[in-house]
Amino acid sequence: MTEEINGAAYSHFDPELFRKDFPVLHQNIHGKPLVYLDNAATTQKPQVVIDTIAEYYKGYNSNIHRGVHQLSQKATDEYEKARVKIQKFLNAPKSREIVLLRGTTEAINLVASSYGRKFIKSGDEIIISEMEHHSNIVPWQMLCEQTGAVLKVIPMNDLGELMMDEYKKLLTEKTKIVSVVHASNTLGTENPVEEITRLAHTVGAKVLIDGAQAVQHFKVDVQAIGCDFYAFSGHKLYGPTGIGVLWGREELLEVMPPYQGGGDMILSVTFDKTVYNEIPYKFEAGTPNIADTIALGTAIDYIESIGIDQISTYESELYLYAEETILPIDEVTLIGCAEKKGSVFSFKLKDVHPHDVGTIMDMEGVAIRTGHMCTQPVMKHFGVPALSRISIGLYNTKADIDRAAEGIKKVLEVFA
Amino acid sequence: MNEELKEIYQQVILDHNKSPRNFRKIDPSTHSSEGLNPLCGDHVFIYLDIQDGVIADISFDGNGCAISKSSASIMTAELKGKTVEEAEIIFNQFHDMVTGKLTDEEEIENLGKLSVFQGVRDFPVRVKCASLAWHTMHAALHSETVVTTE
Repeated sequence: MTEEINGAAYSHFDPELFRKDFPVLHQNIHGKPLVYLDNAATTQKPQVVIDTIAEYYKGYNSNIHRGVHQLSQKATDEYEKARVKIQKFLNAPKSREIVLLRGTTEAINLVASSYGRKFIKSGDEIIISEMEHHSNIVPWQMLCEQTGAVLKVIPMNDLGELMMDEYKKLLTEKTKIVSVVHASNTLGTENPVEEITRLAHTVGAKVLIDGAQAVQHFKVDVQAIGCDFYAFSGHKLYGPTGIGVLWGREELLEVMPPYQGGGDMILSVTFDKTVYNEIPYKFEAGTPNIADTIALGTAIDYIESIGIDQISTYESELYLYAEETILPIDEVTLIGCAEKKGSVFSFKLKDVHPHDVGTIMDMEGVAIRTGHMCTQPVMKHFGVPALSRISIGLYNTKADIDRAAEGIKKVLEVFA
Repeated sequence: MNEELKEIYQQVILDHNKSPRNFRKIDPSTHSSEGLNPLCGDHVFIYLDIQDGVIADISFDGNGCAISKSSASIMTAELKGKTVEEAEIIFNQFHDMVTGKLTDEEEIENLGKLSVFQGVRDFPVRVKCASLAWHTMHAALHSETVVTTE
C-alpha cells in the first residue's frame, strides 16, 4: 500500500502487513470484523511475542540468578539480554539502571516509597500535573500523607496543554520531586518534558517522567530528556501484561533503600544483618516475571524492526485522518486539542453518555474506551463525567477509522 | 438497528433518558442515599419520603448513561405508593431479571414497565448501570449513605 500524500516514510509503512502479525485482530465481534481502537488501554500482541512466552515455558523454564544448571543459565541469559534491549531502547547509560517491575504503576510507587521515604520531609513540595493518570497522583498523595509533604499541581489550559508559566511559579527551593506524564492517555498531549526537567533541576528537584503512553508512539531518549526516572509498561508496547520498567540514574538508585524484601535482593542474610544486593537486583525481590520480561525484549525487537520513527509518522497521519473523518460529525466535540498531540482522539457526543456510545459501537464491532480513563481531574476540568476515546496503534488503518465514524453515526441514529 | 441493540435501547428507555420522571430532590426527605459506579462515572442520588411504611414520594438526581438514568426514572415511577416491603420484593425481582436469574416469562411480565430492562442481561457490563438506582434505593431504606456497584 502506498500513500502518495504522505511522503516517503509513510509509503514504506504497510499496516496491512503488520496486521497479519496480530492473531487477535482476525475475529468477528457481534458478527462484524473487529476494529480495535483501544490501544491506549493496552495494545495487542504480535505472534513473535506470544511465541517467546511459549518457547520459554516449553524450552527453558527455570529460575534465574540461582541454579548452576543449564536451563537456569539460559533463562538468566535471556532475562538479562532483555534488560540490555530495554536499556538501549531508552538510550539509558547503563543496564544496571533498568529495574524490572510489574508496570508503570509499580515503578512510580517504588520511587514514591523508596526515594520518598528516605529523602522527603515535612514541608517539602512535590509537583504533578492536572492531566496525570491516577497512578501518578495517588502514590504521591500517599507519600504526602506519610511525610507531611505538600502536593502541588500544574494546571492545564482548555486545549489540554500544561501552563508552563504556572509551573515556573510553583517551583521553589522546597520542590523536591516533579512527576509528570510524557503523553496524556486522555488528551493525547505530548508534554515538553525536556523543558519541565530543565526547570526542575534549576531548583534541585528530581524528575520522574511517566512514559506509559509515550514509548510505543515515538522515540524516547532518557539522556536527551535529562530526567532522573522514567517509567513505562510492557503491555502498551505490544508486549505482555505484568511487566514494566523503571529507569533511574545509577547514583540515585544506589542511595535508595530497597522497596520490598525477599530473595534475589540480598547478598547475605543473617538474623543480625542483611546486606542488600547491588542495583538493580536490590529492587527485584523474589522470582521476577521471567517469561514476560524476555517477551518484552521481543516486543522491542519487533518495534525496532518496523522503526519507531516510521510508526510515529504513520500514527500521526492516521490521527489527522481521524480528525478529518470524525470531526465533521456535528455532534462530536473533540477534547484535547494540544498543538503537540499524539494518537488519542477523546470526544463528547452531544448528550449521549459514553457508556451508551461504547455499547453501541461494540455492537458494530468497534472496540473503544469509555469512562473516566483513570483521569478524574481531567474529566472535572472539562466538566464531563466521562469521555469516549479512540486510540491508535501501528496496525490500525483508515478503514478502521471509517468504521469508527460509522459506529458514531449509528449511536446518533439510536439517540436521534 | 440489530435485534440485541433494539432490545437494550427500547423506546421506553430512550424516552425516560430524554425526559426523566421524578428528576428532582425531595427536601427534607426521610431517607436518601448516594450511588456511585466509579468505573463509568454513573452517579445517582435517591430521595424517599416514607410515611407509615409507604413510599409517599421518591425522586432522583445525578448523572449517568441512558440505562442508569432511565432505570432510575422508571423505578421512581413504579415505586411511588408502594410499601417498603413491596419495594424490597420488586428490588429482588428486578435484580434477578437483569442478572438473568429470573427467566420465567410470566413473572417478568408481572414486573410491568420494569420488564423493558430484561435485555440488559445480554450485556453483562451494563447490568450495574441498570441496577445502580435500585441498589441506592435499597441502601437508602437501610440508612446507608453511599453505595457503589464497583
